[in-house]
Amino acid sequence: MSTPAKISLRNVHKAFGAKKVLQGVDLDVAAGSSVAIIGGSGTGKSVTLKCILGLLTPDQGSIVIDGLDMTTAIRSDHEAMLAKTGMLFQGAALFDSLSVWENVAFGLIEGKGMKPKLARDLAIARLADVGLDADVANLSPASLSGGMQKRVGLARAIATEPEILFFDEPTTGIDPIMGDVINDLIVKCTRELGASAVTITHDMASARKIADRVAMLYQGKIIWDGPVSEIDQTDNPYLQQFVAGDIEGPLDLDLKHL
Amino acid sequence: MPIFAPVGRMFLSFLALVGRVTVFAGRTIGHMIAPPIYFRLIFKQMREIGYFSLPVVAMTTLFAGMVLALQSYSGFSRFSAESAVATVVVISMTRELGPVLAGLMVAGRVGAAIAAEIGTMRVTEQIDALVTLSTNPFKYLVVPRVIAGLITLPILVLIGDIIGVLGGYLVGVNKLGFNEASYIRSTFQYLEQLDVVSGLVKAAVFGFIITLMGCYHGYNSRGGAQGVGQATTNAVVSSSILILISNYVVTELFFTR
Repeated sequence: MSTPAKISLRNVHKAFGAKKVLQGVDLDVAAGSSVAIIGGSGTGKSVTLKCILGLLTPDQGSIVIDGLDMTTAIRSDHEAMLAKTGMLFQGAALFDSLSVWENVAFGLIEGKGMKPKLARDLAIARLADVGLDADVANLSPASLSGGMQKRVGLARAIATEPEILFFDEPTTGIDPIMGDVINDLIVKCTRELGASAVTITHDMASARKIADRVAMLYQGKIIWDGPVSEIDQTDNPYLQQFVAGDIEGPLDLDLKHL
Repeated sequence: MPIFAPVGRMFLSFLALVGRVTVFAGRTIGHMIAPPIYFRLIFKQMREIGYFSLPVVAMTTLFAGMVLALQSYSGFSRFSAESAVATVVVISMTRELGPVLAGLMVAGRVGAAIAAEIGTMRVTEQIDALVTLSTNPFKYLVVPRVIAGLITLPILVLIGDIIGVLGGYLVGVNKLGFNEASYIRSTFQYLEQLDVVSGLVKAAVFGFIITLMGCYHGYNSRGGAQGVGQATTNAVVSSSILILISNYVVTELFFTR
């Protein structure tokens, strides 16, 4: 018997004016699994993620999370969905006006109403989970390196022990070694929480390490979806070209607009 | 005629902008009256908007009161009405100069800062992050600033009025040779409660406009650093224009019979 889908996208369309970004995305994320959505720049990976989170409203189609269609859900259902999700943003998106520990504890204090003192202790424990000392807790996010900011962003994403984790280009903008550290932390944290995870990336090394399954987005649709172990055996020429990083191939790169 | 098409497009886009700002204001007011209210953030914004604007408002109104005394003395002496200087200073400061000058100065200082801060949060995805952390950005970012603007501008203007009148007094007594006691008596003799109240109502309206326009342009900024810069400019320009327009409207409401 197959595991029921935690997240299910069916025929999701999204356009911005005349530009059709998503043209019928179908995707299932099983409970406890980790899916990486890969694809070139401008193929709609971030738009897909923002539609799932409700930051953008799809023009058509359904996005079902835990059996509830978010495109027709009332506000309280949507808030309940957000309460069980965590997100690591591409640029970490840490709040400049707050210290590191206040960033990590934000969801606990504002979302769950936890007392600040208790939330601070928990935030420091989460910082330790991502390999950061308590010394950084009182620093401003601006004084941290890019890799440290990503780790603080990860600590913030997991602080509320969410059931679903989203990672937006987790290794972009940091060196390969720090990228690998982030990948390892993502795997560790996701496993410890038993969470379902959706990662969007164009970094194949990251996708291979983080994900159980990979879905490739091209021209607004998922054109390949399968276990990460089958990436190298695929006969799909689009995926073969993307994985190999070749300029020549069936992918219409449209370099003028990337 | 080719000239009509761009004019029509500009007019339609202006109407669309008015509609968007109105919807934004409506959402803000809706969130102002529904919990949760972040009192800690309101107090923080009151400090940012009110306390830190005190020096600039004090300097502006002090010199406005001083120059007003000089100008009115020089003008009124032409028809031997020098004794009206104190009355002119206090009525001008409380009704017009206090609220308008404080409003314009705060629009430049605070409106720009709000638009820049929220605009930067928009382009660095911090506003999206708020949503994913189960926090309504309107309640967390917009409402505290607008409430703080509504409360602090009247307080700032009241202080500015007093400092402006003091400026007039200093020039009147030390430079123009007025008797201290008679200047003070003249200041309060013809001053009515409505003069002060109308100025404070204007200040509250200006506080709403400044913070709302700062939040609106910051919240809707797009396109990185250039977009944030544009949002900052738009916030200051639009709030300054709206201050001058609403100043006329409120004056007409109070003083036209």
